[in-house]
Amino acid sequence: MEVLLAIIIGILYAAGVYMILRRSLVKLIIGIILLGNGANLLIFLLGRITEGAPPIIPEDSSVFTEAYADPVPQALILTAIVISFGLQSFAIILVKRAHKVVKTDDLDEMNATDEDS
Amino acid sequence: MLTAILLGFLFALFLVFTGKFFRGKLAVLSALIPAGLFAYFASFISKISAGEIITKTYEWVPAFGVNLSFKLDGLSLLFSLMITGIGFLVFSYTASYLKGHKYLDRFYGYLSVFMAAMLGLVLSNNIISLFVFWELTSISSFFLIGFNNDSAASRKSALTALGITGLGGFFLLSGVLLLGSMTGTYNITEMLSMQEAIAGSEYYILAASLFFVAAFTKSAQFPFHFWLPAAMKAPTPVSTYLHSATMVKAGVYLLMRFTPILGDHPFWNNTLIIVGGITMVYTAIHSLFRTDLKGILAYSTISALGILVFLIGLGTKAAFLAAAVFIMVHALYKATLFLVAGIIDHQAGTRDVTKLAGLRKVMMPVAIAGFLAAISSAGIPPTIGFLGKELTYEASLNFGTGTIIIVIAIVLTKIFLLWAGFAAGIKPFMGKLPEAQKETKMPGLLMWFPPIILAVLSILFGIFPSLIESAIVKPMVFALGADASEDHLALWHGFNTVLLLSAVTIGVGLLLYFLVRPSNKLEQKVAKLEFISPRSIMEKGNYYFVIFSRFWTNVFQNGYLRNYVTSIILFLVILVGYILFGHQRLVIDHSQLAEITAYELVVALILVAGVLYTVFTKSRLAAVAAMGVVGLSICLIFVFYSAPDLAMTQFSIDTLTVILFVLVLYRLPKYLSLSDYKMRLRDGVLSLALGTIICVLALQVLAEPANNEIGDFYAKNAYLLAHGKNVVNVILVDFRGTDTLIEISVLAIAAIGVFGLLKLRLKSTDRTQ
Amino acid sequence: MKTLILKTASAYLLPVLLVFSVFILLRGHYLPGGGFVGGLIAAIAFVLHAFANGLKNTKGLLQFHPGFLMPVGLGLAFLSGLAPVLGFDDPFMTGLWLPYDVPVLGSVGSALFFDIGVYFVVIGVTLTIIFTISESA
Repeated sequence: MEVLLAIIIGILYAAGVYMILRRSLVKLIIGIILLGNGANLLIFLLGRITEGAPPIIPEDSSVFTEAYADPVPQALILTAIVISFGLQSFAIILVKRAHKVVKTDDLDEMNATDEDS
Repeated sequence: MLTAILLGFLFALFLVFTGKFFRGKLAVLSALIPAGLFAYFASFISKISAGEIITKTYEWVPAFGVNLSFKLDGLSLLFSLMITGIGFLVFSYTASYLKGHKYLDRFYGYLSVFMAAMLGLVLSNNIISLFVFWELTSISSFFLIGFNNDSAASRKSALTALGITGLGGFFLLSGVLLLGSMTGTYNITEMLSMQEAIAGSEYYILAASLFFVAAFTKSAQFPFHFWLPAAMKAPTPVSTYLHSATMVKAGVYLLMRFTPILGDHPFWNNTLIIVGGITMVYTAIHSLFRTDLKGILAYSTISALGILVFLIGLGTKAAFLAAAVFIMVHALYKATLFLVAGIIDHQAGTRDVTKLAGLRKVMMPVAIAGFLAAISSAGIPPTIGFLGKELTYEASLNFGTGTIIIVIAIVLTKIFLLWAGFAAGIKPFMGKLPEAQKETKMPGLLMWFPPIILAVLSILFGIFPSLIESAIVKPMVFALGADASEDHLALWHGFNTVLLLSAVTIGVGLLLYFLVRPSNKLEQKVAKLEFISPRSIMEKGNYYFVIFSRFWTNVFQNGYLRNYVTSIILFLVILVGYILFGHQRLVIDHSQLAEITAYELVVALILVAGVLYTVFTKSRLAAVAAMGVVGLSICLIFVFYSAPDLAMTQFSIDTLTVILFVLVLYRLPKYLSLSDYKMRLRDGVLSLALGTIICVLALQVLAEPANNEIGDFYAKNAYLLAHGKNVVNVILVDFRGTDTLIEISVLAIAAIGVFGLLKLRLKSTDRTQ
Repeated sequence: MKTLILKTASAYLLPVLLVFSVFILLRGHYLPGGGFVGGLIAAIAFVLHAFANGLKNTKGLLQFHPGFLMPVGLGLAFLSGLAPVLGFDDPFMTGLWLPYDVPVLGSVGSALFFDIGVYFVVIGVTLTIIFTISESA
């Protein structure tokens, strides 16, 4: 399964970067989201995956008695997921706003910083 | 002492608020500040001449050994007196010179910042604070040189000066840090005892070279000298103050200050003798080809600085004595000549020496000042200039090695300097007053009095050298590491070689003055050779550098997002790929890995299909829906592999993201087909390469043994320390609570950003709506 | 999207989902859940209500702008970290715990209040974003 996951991560990265390289604004955001998903999965995989052993201490004991999944990558990814929501919504609104002001969807036409160009 | 140094900064700050009151008649009151400081420093003379050294330390960043530490010894006393004394005269002079100028208050602000920085520089006993003040002088001089900021030439020369001295500052910082790490201290007094260790260090050459570049740029030594003549675009008070008396001497000061620490080493002495020697001869000859009064003075100033560097290089007691006297000599006569040149420019409206004559008829006191300064510059008795020249010759004659070359060089320099002094100080006043200048008026008292004071001092100290002998000169020589208590300054040394050389100098110099008159023809002749001068070479280098950086920027910073991304990824793929495929072999141990179950395979296939669909669909709505599928599949992967918290979060966020997209989708631009087939192919290959790299990288990492130390710690202590059983949650709210606190702050900022972008009526919206 | 079924269902769904979100929040320390997920579920509950009944009604139900939840939550989280500094002279974010267990909740401590702060911030952020966007879309 690890090999399969690694391939999936590779595909997510490739797709994300491909979309970022497009000139369309919406595709840029989709690319960022895909790339973010790929990164989350990569962290998850590199923390080693364990089946059926969530990092939750059994009810009747105060320490783990059996194997458990590493909680650190999980905590990292959880924050990453929530933050990426903030990032995505901000990016979407920025794109919408930019589209309105600059009146173009072509990233290549947005390469001047002056408002009135 | 801190107050004394900071006074200038405080006054500048004060001027920011009260500037408009100081533009008018009150302006002259500013001169009280340097005057007060001069009195303050003068009160230390008796203590210092008794051999005392006054130190004061204020802690600044004690953890790094950076303190505001000040030391007043013979060397810093002379400089402090020069800075405040000439400062006083320049401040008064300015009140009249720039009378009624719109930004007079600003000018005073810059001047006093400069004065304070200069004082801090010469009093610092800590090399870090020395560097800070050094940079402050560069910056304040930038503002002063570019004071007439509506003239392009003025701006350009200000930039040249800042560029050159800023470069020097960079070298000084490197030198300071290197020396600091060599000795383990930033305190100059402490370094004094480590001279041998420093000279024996393998980094000695490097450290000394760094200090050389700093000093040579600041003191306009060859080949960095050209910024100084260019800086003459500044108002004359600035030229007087910065470019003759104080700032350009900062480099000389640096060399003197570090003579007891870095000196007495063949590399130190030889470099200084050679560079100083080239500078003094080269620029003294140069002054012959100028017709601008200030141009002549600028070149003769550089030459004088060259003499000082040369004397420091000689490194004998006699040389130090000569340097100590010559610093004063030069400050007195050169400041006078600059002030005189400023008066001529101000009253007669031109600085072209070929057009000036006979001005003594309208401004006698100025002519007297000019004459006295010129003879002091020429070294004609009974001025202090004569004394300085005698000492210089004596030091050169007794140096030992290469005496003939050294003596020829110094005599040649003095001859040309005599010419320059006469051309600037006497020529404009002699002969018949031309018709064009009949209207020239006598300047105000505030203008002609300062040069007279300086010129009279030149004579006074020459006739009575005992006035300065034990008070200033000897403590200074002592600070340089030599004991001159047995020597005495006197005008008359008896008939000897030195006197003969003096006579030759004066004779040949006078002959030269009567034979060669400053003329445009000469200036034009030498202009033809301009293309090989250091200035044009550096300018050419600059020009090509700009072209190169423009090219570089256009290639890499072209404003196209995807080109940035492309180059970043390209480099990543090449570098990581080279390491991964060139040096590592991929080993996958299947026995260690989890098996693939049927439902996992299905989820994976759905995920891949979702990704492909997202990428290739032509419909935005379909892409968003497919992205939702991708998110849910990832959510399932989290479920399979023991991450219930992640699964829940991913599920909720996925839902919200889809909602968000659907809400704004129809307000968002439609897909455009902007790139052609070739472009897509190129991007596709690049993305696939990156995907492969990441995939191989992940497998490579998996082959390494895992380190779960941190996770184990959290898991063991989750319940015992934090009373929680869901370890992920415990990490978030307890172990790493501060991180989470910051994270939710970031979220709040993002929300405020969204709110602001949509709700606030910005200027651009009003325009477009 | 104003179907009758959804409209009727949302009237019941909102309180149920809210209670569920609080449940998820409180059990987070022992079982999967916590402030982040709880907050997201609560936000989804409101968004669902807004879909069914229109944004105005949801806003009327809320009485205040959801953005105010952000400073409230941030303040609560920050105070729960600050409490040990002020009260016990311990470092920032030291866990403080009641000596006895509270029924239903289990062990109660500063971390719980921190999580509640996170819960409020997440609701505030999500609703601010979505409401702002749907208003101007």
